[in-house]
Amino acid sequence: MNIDFSSQIQYIVALLPEVLLTVWAMLILLVDVFQKEDRSEPSSPAIAWLTLLGLLLAGAANLWLLTLREATPTGVIALDGFRVFTNFLFLLAGVLFVLISTRYLEEERLRLGELYVLMLLSTVGMMLFAGTRDLMLIFLGLELLSVPIYVLTGANRRSRLSAEGAIKYFLLGAFSSAFFLFGIALVYGGARTTNLTLVAQAIGVDGLRANPLVTIGMALLAVGFGFKVAAVPFHMWTPDAYEGAPAPVTAFMAASVKAAAFAAFLRVFLTAFPGLYDTWGRMVFWLAILTMVVANLTALVEPNVKRMLAYSSIAHAGYLLVALASASVIGAASFLFYLVIYTLMTIGAFAVMVAVAGRGEEWLDIESYSGLGWRQPLLGVVMTIFLLSLAGFPFTGGFIGKVFILRAAVEKGMNWLAVILVLTSLVSYWYYLRVAWYMWFREAPAGAPQPVRTPRAMTAALVAAAILVVALGVAPGGLLRAAQDGASALLQAPAACTYGRSPARGGGAGADVCHLTPRRPLG
Amino acid sequence: MLTLSLVLAAILFAIGVLGVVIRRNAIILFMCVELMLNAANLAFIALSRAVGIEGQVFVFFVISVAAAEAAVGLAIIISIFRHIETVDIKNFNLLRW
Repeated sequence: MNIDFSSQIQYIVALLPEVLLTVWAMLILLVDVFQKEDRSEPSSPAIAWLTLLGLLLAGAANLWLLTLREATPTGVIALDGFRVFTNFLFLLAGVLFVLISTRYLEEERLRLGELYVLMLLSTVGMMLFAGTRDLMLIFLGLELLSVPIYVLTGANRRSRLSAEGAIKYFLLGAFSSAFFLFGIALVYGGARTTNLTLVAQAIGVDGLRANPLVTIGMALLAVGFGFKVAAVPFHMWTPDAYEGAPAPVTAFMAASVKAAAFAAFLRVFLTAFPGLYDTWGRMVFWLAILTMVVANLTALVEPNVKRMLAYSSIAHAGYLLVALASASVIGAASFLFYLVIYTLMTIGAFAVMVAVAGRGEEWLDIESYSGLGWRQPLLGVVMTIFLLSLAGFPFTGGFIGKVFILRAAVEKGMNWLAVILVLTSLVSYWYYLRVAWYMWFREAPAGAPQPVRTPRAMTAALVAAAILVVALGVAPGGLLRAAQDGASALLQAPAACTYGRSPARGGGAGADVCHLTPRRPLG
Repeated sequence: MLTLSLVLAAILFAIGVLGVVIRRNAIILFMCVELMLNAANLAFIALSRAVGIEGQVFVFFVISVAAAEAAVGLAIIISIFRHIETVDIKNFNLLRW
């Protein structure tokens, strides 16, 4: 089917997974309301299964998107491999969130249908954030993604920690959105459009390279993204929000919110600003160095495992920034590959932490992991796999992902980034392996927590994630090919839009291919 | 005229940023963020005279987004107030900021 956005129906078709998920979320809200006798009752477990079903349906719709063809590479809604790939990633994170959270929400008396609904709506926001080609829609996606997450962070109203985490996250999140929006306004003024492909064309064709509006706007966009992906000078909200939020929500935030922000970062900067790579490449270069060094050094001295994992997720943002800085097909492919591995191992590690922390999240200290491997071999083994993969041990997905990122950095001639990535990874071995050491070589302390019970759904999710992490470490071929398809779709799209000709200078072809509207000079 | 409007928007935005950085009351912080959003709105409107009508449409989007954010933000501020009876962020000290 050919999509040219000539009618409303075409928009709905192109946005089918998002539309489906939104409608499904509303239905769940209704079901949740009507199956309760009174307001204080917890939601029935069926809500969780309905949520899973909705995510699977959206996955099917997403697969079907592959049969669509877009008429122009400037369409507001992208129909490329990149969107399909990242959509699958967000849906996968949603499924894992549902599987790991049911028991926790029940024990914390938080079994509320609206939490799942908020998760679904946030997933829709992620899909719009990473899958559209208009800065204004990207802003709406960003807000749709963030607002439910603010609520989820503060979901545990009995906990002061949860409220503190939520307010810190909210204030800095809204602050960063404002930067993002002002950046959009300036780019809109400078390039006279908000369509990513047309912005790239305006920069490349009309000699806007030196236009201060576009350059400042781009810098503000980068600041906004920097907050969302928690790159280092903008990371101060991360440890607090992650520690305060209910543990499964932390897993969701660390994995898919960050993945969505990164995917949108990649799409916006590679599609709209390839002509300004000299400027933003250097910026991302320094962000990556700062992020890797600061986060890894801070994690070294962190005794609280939840907080340690928060710093670890910041450190991984640094590795992903290296892939972004290299701005090539290989870089983008390794970026997507690592994003999948990162999601799996982060949610996995946080899920084990959810299980160990127990009721009221009492057991967050590293001491609580003493002897866990012998008390509960299954949890011990999967946690060890996730930790080794996070550290980047050979034969795990984390290792292969880092190797691809290194290759992309070296091919771009950024050897310093590669060196720092390797050195900081070596540093990170210490704090990951320390947890593994406690699990296998320490006696359980007196008054140790009861054997941790994990529900079947959670065990299944953990084992599946661990198997995937190992399998992708041994045989990365299939996923890598998919990642390369997604990446090349992103990087080749603007080229099809006949570069070098502008309607202002009488080039007709450019106008035909890209639906350019003639632009009036600014003033 | 356009330049002046953009300069005014930039000044408003800077005041908002400054407010977020130096003030300590959660509600005032939130108002400063709103100021930043409205600075962006002003820039959109000023630019739309030169670029096209979309700029004014964006403003409506931003207004509704800001309203949604306000609803959630004030609810969060209330929920923290119930715990510690203050909205001064220097008292939010359970987590190391």
